[in-house]
Amino acid sequence: MLKIENLQKSFGGISAISEVSLHFAAGSLTAVIGPNGAGKTSFFNLICGALRPDGGRILLDGENIAGLSAPAIVRRGIGRAFQIASIFPSLSVREAILGAVNAHHRWHARLGRRFPLTVAKPQADEVMELVGLTAQADTLSGNLSHGDQKVLDIALALALEPRVLLLDEPTAGMGPEERGRMTETVHQLWQRKKMTLIFIEHDMDIVFKFAQTIRVLSYGRVLAEGTPEEVRRHPRVIEAYLGARYDAEHPP
Amino acid sequence: MRKPSIGRDALVAVALLALLAALPMIFPAKSFADFVMRASAFAIFATSLNLLVGYAGMVSFGHGLFFGLGAYSFALLMQKLGTSIPVAFALTVFINALVAAIIGAICVPLKEIYFSFLTLAFQMLLYSLIIAWTAITGGDQGLTGGVPRPPFLGVHLDDPHHLYLFCCTTLVVSLFLMWHLVQSPFGYTLRMIRDNPRRASFLGIQVWRIRVLAFIVAGVFGGIGGVLISLFVSSAYPDFAYWTVSGEAVFMIMLGGVSVFFGPLVGAALLLLLNDLITRVTEHYSLVLGVVILVFALGLRKGLVGFVMQAWRKYAPAAPGPGKNPGTQGRH
Repeated sequence: MLKIENLQKSFGGISAISEVSLHFAAGSLTAVIGPNGAGKTSFFNLICGALRPDGGRILLDGENIAGLSAPAIVRRGIGRAFQIASIFPSLSVREAILGAVNAHHRWHARLGRRFPLTVAKPQADEVMELVGLTAQADTLSGNLSHGDQKVLDIALALALEPRVLLLDEPTAGMGPEERGRMTETVHQLWQRKKMTLIFIEHDMDIVFKFAQTIRVLSYGRVLAEGTPEEVRRHPRVIEAYLGARYDAEHPP
Repeated sequence: MRKPSIGRDALVAVALLALLAALPMIFPAKSFADFVMRASAFAIFATSLNLLVGYAGMVSFGHGLFFGLGAYSFALLMQKLGTSIPVAFALTVFINALVAAIIGAICVPLKEIYFSFLTLAFQMLLYSLIIAWTAITGGDQGLTGGVPRPPFLGVHLDDPHHLYLFCCTTLVVSLFLMWHLVQSPFGYTLRMIRDNPRRASFLGIQVWRIRVLAFIVAGVFGGIGGVLISLFVSSAYPDFAYWTVSGEAVFMIMLGGVSVFFGPLVGAALLLLLNDLITRVTEHYSLVLGVVILVFALGLRKGLVGFVMQAWRKYAPAAPGPGKNPGTQGRH
């Protein structure tokens, strides 16, 4: 499905991503973990076109999408939500999702009044229901709680019906209750939509509970990959990221 | 979300046109008709700038370029080539669209302040061209000899009443088209790009293309404002392309309200009214206007229409209930 081959990216001589090769199977749920500065967000930025790789290939169903623009990559089926919720503050939740549905159908440059509400509105309603934002449909996006803004960010990506969804720290900045709700929402989305979901997360309890497979990055390189159990026991991961204490406190 | 209805909006447009057509019967003074014609030209111009500023978040300092270009293109086509008014009108729209596409493609990739200043630079380039190319444009004296107004389809623009109706019709049709545009999917996209262009690009939107398209649309309507003013004064003057014209359009938007579609229309009428009233009383027009602008900038940031709508929402009996969003309605 999504295959990364020898991906490279440097910033001013400092290597952010180095010789990263990974494979994400269709319909899989994968966590990308690693210490701060490991290159996780850069890795996402390279996949979705926010950054141009210096080398390597990003193969989506066999097509090399490395170096394409962000809109071109989105059109090929990769959606993304951000670490800090990236929304449209002056639009209501419904308007924002309608805008995303428009973009998905390439209606966004239509100049006439032929607003395809009959098609777009049910789709937007479905997305809102899917993520639990129906009650806030008429609320300004900028007035939503932090947690709901993060959910809306994901909803915008979902409106594109992506085949691959990248979530950059979906629970960042949330309290325990919100974090639990968000994790459940994301897990349900993955189950219902059968998409390939890749998420960056620092909360190891969430990672080990939900991820099917885990990829560990450190200093821009792949440190380890495998099932949660394999990664949890990996000596280099324990040394570089988890620490021996986590391993002792969290028996399998 | 209100369901779009072309029929309902068309009825409102026809009613507005009928009202404007009837006004000279109540206010028969020639000065009133002149005021409405001037206001029509500037209202179209200011509303077109608000498509960029208010809806797309593109603060152009040089939008007067299209007002001047529209005025000169139309006047020269009529004067030098002797074309009919509809043909000159259509060609002016085409010229404005073409120039807007070229300038837009150059300016749009630039960020905020650089975009603003480069648009201003292009406007001053046109102004300099008009001043320097005396043989064609008449230089700083403007076009002499008047703009011919041959009859077309039974319309005689030499007749002041016909000219009045033509200006009102052009105003209503232009506003109708721009109103539909801001409620179309394109209008949604403009607001998304204004709020968060990066996010818009991660939804598959080619941001620069949409911005260039917005620039072209605004340039075309800005040019239509210029056509009306050249018909009204039967000439074209370099002042139409001077940077102060862009400044006046910004004042009109500020006075009426940037976040309300009809704000620039009210702002245009208000600014011209202020101009006419103040110049009768004192020669220090700029000083009084400066104070008015200051009051609006400090106390009425949403403009007059924005302020009235806010007050209406606050005190009207059927105010939106909990969960409703009054903020976005104001954009329409």
